[in-house]
Amino acid sequence: MASSNKPPVLLDIAEVSKSFGAVNVLRSVSLTVDKGEVVTIIGPSGSGKTTLLRCVNFLESYDSGSIRIDGKEVGFRPGPARDSGARQRRSERDLASMRAETGMVFQGFNLFPHLTAAGNIMLGLTKVRGKSSAEARSIAEHWLGRVGLGHKADSLPAELSGGQQQRVGIARAVAMEPKILLLDEITSALDPELVGEVLAVVRSLAEDGMTMVMVTHEMAFARDASSRIVFMADGGVSAVGPPKEVLAAETTNERLRAFLARFRASHF
Amino acid sequence: MGYTLNFNLIWRHFDKLWGGLLLSLELAVISIAIGIVIGLVLAVWYVSAGRVVRAIIAAYVEFIRNVPLILLVYLVFYGLPTVVDLAYSAQTSFVATLALYSGAYLVEVFRSGLEAVPRGQLDAGKAIGLTPWQRLIHVRLPTMMRITLPALSNTFISLFKDTSVASVISVPELTYGAQWINFNTFRIVEVYLVVTAMYLVTGYALLFALRLVERWYRTAR
Repeated sequence: MASSNKPPVLLDIAEVSKSFGAVNVLRSVSLTVDKGEVVTIIGPSGSGKTTLLRCVNFLESYDSGSIRIDGKEVGFRPGPARDSGARQRRSERDLASMRAETGMVFQGFNLFPHLTAAGNIMLGLTKVRGKSSAEARSIAEHWLGRVGLGHKADSLPAELSGGQQQRVGIARAVAMEPKILLLDEITSALDPELVGEVLAVVRSLAEDGMTMVMVTHEMAFARDASSRIVFMADGGVSAVGPPKEVLAAETTNERLRAFLARFRASHF
Repeated sequence: MGYTLNFNLIWRHFDKLWGGLLLSLELAVISIAIGIVIGLVLAVWYVSAGRVVRAIIAAYVEFIRNVPLILLVYLVFYGLPTVVDLAYSAQTSFVATLALYSGAYLVEVFRSGLEAVPRGQLDAGKAIGLTPWQRLIHVRLPTMMRITLPALSNTFISLFKDTSVASVISVPELTYGAQWINFNTFRIVEVYLVVTAMYLVTGYALLFALRLVERWYRTAR
């Protein structure tokens, strides 16, 4: 068959809308991400990038549309036929096991302050994956080694630099072996000289074939590391395509051109 | 005419004070332990409950905080048995009262601690797939403890001193022991000097121990 070389769709976002009161944060957003793809979402603040990402692991609910990972709807299940199958929010237990299939790295790191670097990684492995603490410890050490922090396993977050904390955050997410990794402006809270070490880790994960969706303002990184770039504006997908197309200076998309121009002016 | 300090009579009856101090500590420990359970359960319930439950818990807290402890002690010891058919000792009565009293204060301490846990940490707990119960046990409560420990220590010290109110219903704790010695020896200055020193030293010892716990908690692996 002709389509046999195409990797399967892993994440399928279909016509997702969401509003906070009178504000439409997401307006019928549709986007699919194939297995192994790295998709970067860019756009002005308030365009709904982070909200969209948070809908993917249901940290935020959405009003309509559907989000499926591996064909399975994330936050809702079909209701009973007598309610004409109206969707129902999954139970908290169900949601927890769905969320274990996605990993997320946050802008503010969000490490658990009372646990060591290794402890942060082990918590999900022992409590969610049911691994023994010895097994979890060796997985944690493996991933800490991968992000260059093998020697910091027993350090508390407060004893680590921002870049180190964020690398622990990445290790914590990937150690769970998620199907997809969500990266929410993970370098925005870092001092400029620490950005590189974090992006290097992301790059190596991409090389391993990890499926990723990331929101970032690092345009150069987005251009180099992404399979596709999505430009969001006013809660909708305004442009999507390979980095070279979307970031081209001669784009006919007015919003995108204005965004890129402003970006170049402030970042170079 | 001069008043000559004479501590001999105090030392002769020191067993009353020593026994009283031990009972004061016992009353405080038991009441606070029950109060912690009340406070934790209600605080966790409060932050996740609807308006009705919140209103009920808030009413309990407001009631306790606006009524003097001594009045509550009288109400529970003298008032309650005349209304309901219950028999209990003065000591039990006081422990129950101080437990309810400390519970109300601790609800407030724990509630503000729970609400101060950064949302990002709860998001992180959700993101790795922890259930609500696991998030409470492994993320929310440990972080809350770090936030509330200093306030908690102050509440404990204050509750320890509140055990002196038990003397009004003749529970033989430290203040009651002091009164007994005063009535029997008339060495009022000496006995209250000694007892003040005993409260002071014990209070400081408690504070020191709690600070050690705080430090241990901050650096625990």
